Amino acid sequence: MTTRASIRFLRRARIVELSHVPSMRSVLDWLRLDERARGTKEGCNEGDCGACTVALGSLKNGKLVYEPVNACIILVGQLDGKELVTVDDLADGDVLHPVQQALVDTHGSQCGFCTPGFVMSLFTLYQQGGAPTRDEIATHIAGNLCRCTGYRPIIEAAQLSCSGKAADRWAKAAREATRQLAALDDGADVFVGTPESFIARPAQAVTLARLAAENPDATIVSGATDVGLWITKQMRQLPKIILTGGVKELHAVKSDKDRISLGAAATYAEATPALSTIDADVAEVLRRLGSTQVRASGTVGGNIANGSPIGDMPPMLIALGATLTLRHGDTERSLPLESFFIAYGRQDRKPGELVWHIDVPKLKRNEAFRAYKISKRFDQDISAVMAGFKFTLDGRTISSARIAFGGMAATPKRGAATEVALQGVSLDQPASWAAAIDALAKDFQPISDMRASAAYRIDVAQGLLKKALMEVAGAGNTRVLANRKAVA
Amino acid sequence: MAVARRRIETKTVGKTLAHDSAPLHVQGSATYIDDMREPEGLVHVYPGFARDGALGKIKALDLSAVKSAPGVIAVLTAKDIPGLNDCAPVFGGDPILADGRIMFHGQVIFAVVADTREAARRAAKLAKIEIAAEKPAVTVEDALAAKTKDVGDPYQFLRRDPAKAIASAKNGVSESFRIGGQEHFYLEGQVSLAVPEEHGAVTVHCSTQHPSEVQHLVAHMLHVQASMVTVECRRMGGAFGGKESQAAQWACLAALAARLLGCPAKCRLDRDEDMMLTGKRHDFRVDYTAGFDGKGRVTGVDVDFLARCGYSADLSNAICDRTMFHADNAYFYPAARIATRRLCTNTVSNTAFRGFGGPQGMLFAERLMEVIAIRTGQDPLDVRKANLYGVKGSVTPYGMKVEDNIAPEIIEEIETSSDYRARRKKIARFNAKNAVLKKGLSLTPVKFGISFTLTYLNQAGALVHVYTDGSVHLNHGGTEMGQGLYTKVAQVVAEEFGIAAAQVRITATTTGKVPNTSATAASSGADLNGMAAKAAAATIKNRLIAFVAKQWKVPKSRIRFEGGRVLGGKHAIAFGDLAKQAHAARISLSSTGYYATPKIHWDRPKAKGRPFFYFAYGASCSEVTIDTLTGEMTVDRVDILHDVGRSLNPGLDIGQVEGGFVQGMGWLTTEELVFDEQGRLRTHAPSTYKIPCASDVPADFRVKLFESKGNKEDTIYRSKAVGEPPLMLGNSVWTAIFDAIASIKPGDIPKLDAPATPEAILRAVNGMQ
Repeated sequence: MTTRASIRFLRRARIVELSHVPSMRSVLDWLRLDERARGTKEGCNEGDCGACTVALGSLKNGKLVYEPVNACIILVGQLDGKELVTVDDLADGDVLHPVQQALVDTHGSQCGFCTPGFVMSLFTLYQQGGAPTRDEIATHIAGNLCRCTGYRPIIEAAQLSCSGKAADRWAKAAREATRQLAALDDGADVFVGTPESFIARPAQAVTLARLAAENPDATIVSGATDVGLWITKQMRQLPKIILTGGVKELHAVKSDKDRISLGAAATYAEATPALSTIDADVAEVLRRLGSTQVRASGTVGGNIANGSPIGDMPPMLIALGATLTLRHGDTERSLPLESFFIAYGRQDRKPGELVWHIDVPKLKRNEAFRAYKISKRFDQDISAVMAGFKFTLDGRTISSARIAFGGMAATPKRGAATEVALQGVSLDQPASWAAAIDALAKDFQPISDMRASAAYRIDVAQGLLKKALMEVAGAGNTRVLANRKAVA
Repeated sequence: MAVARRRIETKTVGKTLAHDSAPLHVQGSATYIDDMREPEGLVHVYPGFARDGALGKIKALDLSAVKSAPGVIAVLTAKDIPGLNDCAPVFGGDPILADGRIMFHGQVIFAVVADTREAARRAAKLAKIEIAAEKPAVTVEDALAAKTKDVGDPYQFLRRDPAKAIASAKNGVSESFRIGGQEHFYLEGQVSLAVPEEHGAVTVHCSTQHPSEVQHLVAHMLHVQASMVTVECRRMGGAFGGKESQAAQWACLAALAARLLGCPAKCRLDRDEDMMLTGKRHDFRVDYTAGFDGKGRVTGVDVDFLARCGYSADLSNAICDRTMFHADNAYFYPAARIATRRLCTNTVSNTAFRGFGGPQGMLFAERLMEVIAIRTGQDPLDVRKANLYGVKGSVTPYGMKVEDNIAPEIIEEIETSSDYRARRKKIARFNAKNAVLKKGLSLTPVKFGISFTLTYLNQAGALVHVYTDGSVHLNHGGTEMGQGLYTKVAQVVAEEFGIAAAQVRITATTTGKVPNTSATAASSGADLNGMAAKAAAATIKNRLIAFVAKQWKVPKSRIRFEGGRVLGGKHAIAFGDLAKQAHAARISLSSTGYYATPKIHWDRPKAKGRPFFYFAYGASCSEVTIDTLTGEMTVDRVDILHDVGRSLNPGLDIGQVEGGFVQGMGWLTTEELVFDEQGRLRTHAPSTYKIPCASDVPADFRVKLFESKGNKEDTIYRSKAVGEPPLMLGNSVWTAIFDAIASIKPGDIPKLDAPATPEAILRAVNGMQ
């Protein structure tokens, strides 16, 4: 096993090697302040507006893939082994890239400040080839806010330019870039800095586990979609940063007949194809979780590890009956996911212990699943209430239920009284649902905050349980988003 | 009497040209202030405020930790200001650095100067500030109860005896509802870069809609003459009113540091501070009583708009006036009392935002129409039509005759093109069949008054140079915030000289070239600056005509400028060659131009006059679906027909219409400002404050410009202003939601406030059962 004392990545077909980068340096600051490459803009400095979007190229199962990420909350260390493409790179002399030209042609920029971010998001869409639908385009750019245009011309620009096989300089250089990226992958454990202040990106699982155990005060970072804000907004000093993303086996997503197993460093984007096979609602929540940028860097493991009461994944995963495996040094242990969340800001994780993998059972033939996300805005919003319901059916009767909510308590939490009240409920007798719906108010005493009032949270939780029961009982369309799709 | 509208053939004006900066935007090479290469020795300035406390005396201000923080060069407080410590636009009362007392959470008390921005930001958090906290007035109700002095005097329009008209009406309604504010969320946050010059002068690069005002405020603060301060702005990354008055404080802080330390200084706010420390659209409580007849025609209206203005006047008085000017929207009120209170609250001082109070006034009018329809059992569109100007009367409550009313034509056209009646029936069937989902449909007009209501602001200047190669340098007092103003004005100048727009070099707005400008606001940018630039170009052109007519012995009337050439009789010469010859003949090729809007006057004490040169019209029809179990909502289809007169650039105008609509829709749906009881804004980042994203815009979005015969008034090429009016096209989304909720129990009035968040919708839905 080798150690490397530098971050190496590809930019403009050349290898950039950095051995003195501060652990907390964001890619955006590196670009704008160190490199003076100022095409990439800072809009919000928290990964929510997309103005700073850059593209990262990486090899996934040997195939070169470009994904958009928010440069403001991605650390330079996370570039290791990747190709960085920014808006400054796209035009070829006076000739604009197809996505740039399309944005000019459709009047897709007004003030122009968000435009570099849109260009880079569309650049990654362009590389995917194919002809995305309007909905797919809207989902792809949900992480890019524009305050001027109303988006119509931007969507049109995407339709015009991302309509076929990629044929730009990147497509032509794909083979060479693939070779260069493969060559960068030296299997070395990256460690830049000193024992007191460093950014580490181990490639070996054992190095990662040992380093974390030896540095219980270090900050473990997978996607930095949350930790990035500790740096940019809370201005915390994080002298020791350990990145999990370098360990290949932690990206593994395995699916067998009964369950899906996710490595803790698997990004949402990597986990989505497998998780989406569980149920259409899981797919829809994942589609709405964060943004394309957030899903490209954020991880399911991180969403669990940071213990947020309003994470989108835990309620669904708890309802599905997921188990969590943690690792400390060479020791692993497993527990039901709901047991991991002890209290607000407190998880069952020792210092130096790592979330290692998550096992999610698939649905059985007699199980019905529903998940709902309630937020002020459909896309790229943090949930006010997140609900996951799994009903085990005996014919038209619910024999048992697992329900879990986010946003309703200090942690993601199961509704014990409601689960009991659901036992024996008949799908054909809506009157029999009332006790269970009422029981939610016993299980949960939510708080009021800027996302929703306590009263609304209870109201909507009850509404969602009713909706789930109606839908499982066979009601037709009860969702506005599906309705809009039908209209369109 | 307006001049007869003869169609003028144009070559450049009226054509869809791309935004002049579009190729730069897409490459990231359009330079915003933070992208400028920093001058040597640049320092960074960052504001500091009390993390706790909204109102009260500053009991203790311990800045020792700030001063000793790494990288800190200086810490500035009120006593460091050599001149006037005030950055208010009109009435005073906005300290640049609070002195002795704070009036809202986030009020700036000191500024850190450091060698990096990060060091300044870190240090700014280290102050120990103790506030002798008093209970802040956060809401309209708090302000009413606290009896704090309003930021401006109450004001009202009164026509006839509305109380009597309402009392004797067949039907009446009396209710109260709330309209939320709105964060601008320009993508480029507030930023200024000040560079000290010789003799104590300073140049400030400022992202502002109002360079002249920034110039004066910086001069007053530094206690120097205005001529010592130059303010420049090439472009803003969005503004929407948020950089009209509220860019000044950051410019002042940068200029102060530059002056005191003798080095260039930059002040750029982080997003969260930008949202906490700068004002927003005014929120209102609206209390009203109205009377109407059996056919739904309004007989009398009595409405009080209670505005949350924040801690100071800022532009609140003019904004609340505009709310009153638009409380009628397109409808005739035979008797009316339209009143406003400008309430002082201990929140950030609310400010200009696209529509400038007008949207809130109009939303009231549209709610009234919906309510009358519910009460009379009519279709809301029929109620609207019955109340339009021109049916029973044409004079507004403020005494201005509506002479250019095209609302009826626009409504007729969109009613047909949107298939309103058939969809109304279809929706009724959908609602009858669906227990959970309910649909709503609404068609609302927009009539928006164009002109600054403070008459003297309706003036503009421009400066045009022609060089001896025929290239043209254009400068004017308007600022570019994305709306395409620079492109439109360049088209006007190109048209005048018969050259391609690309030959017109557009240059940064600067107080050094065109002085004493008004803010680029009130949708007036192209109307005013287009005319001024045309006048400047025409002056040069006339000199060239006189010169060439004499040379060629051709009557002046036969000289034409087209296709890059100047023609007359059998003669022709390239524009550049003529410029060269004229220069050799000692003819000036440079001119200023000036324009002042005619016809307008306003007697505020009497509340009578003609405050607006003309009205811009439009209409939209929105269809929505709501979920009665969750309050979630989607906008399923939107049709828009909007009047821009004869468009200067249809591509840019469509962009304004669509963007304005989506911004208005956001204001009324997902965008919610939440303040806690201590007066702290809880929604100060895009993670908690949700502007529309791409998927919120309906796939079925049909936008058309109205086929206009041209503005009835003599505006630049008979065009109409387009900046603000489309925002209010978003009103139909809110009224459609209202309509969907109303379908649950016919006859009942939904208790829906704005914004119609899922929570607000569910509350209103539950109120119907």
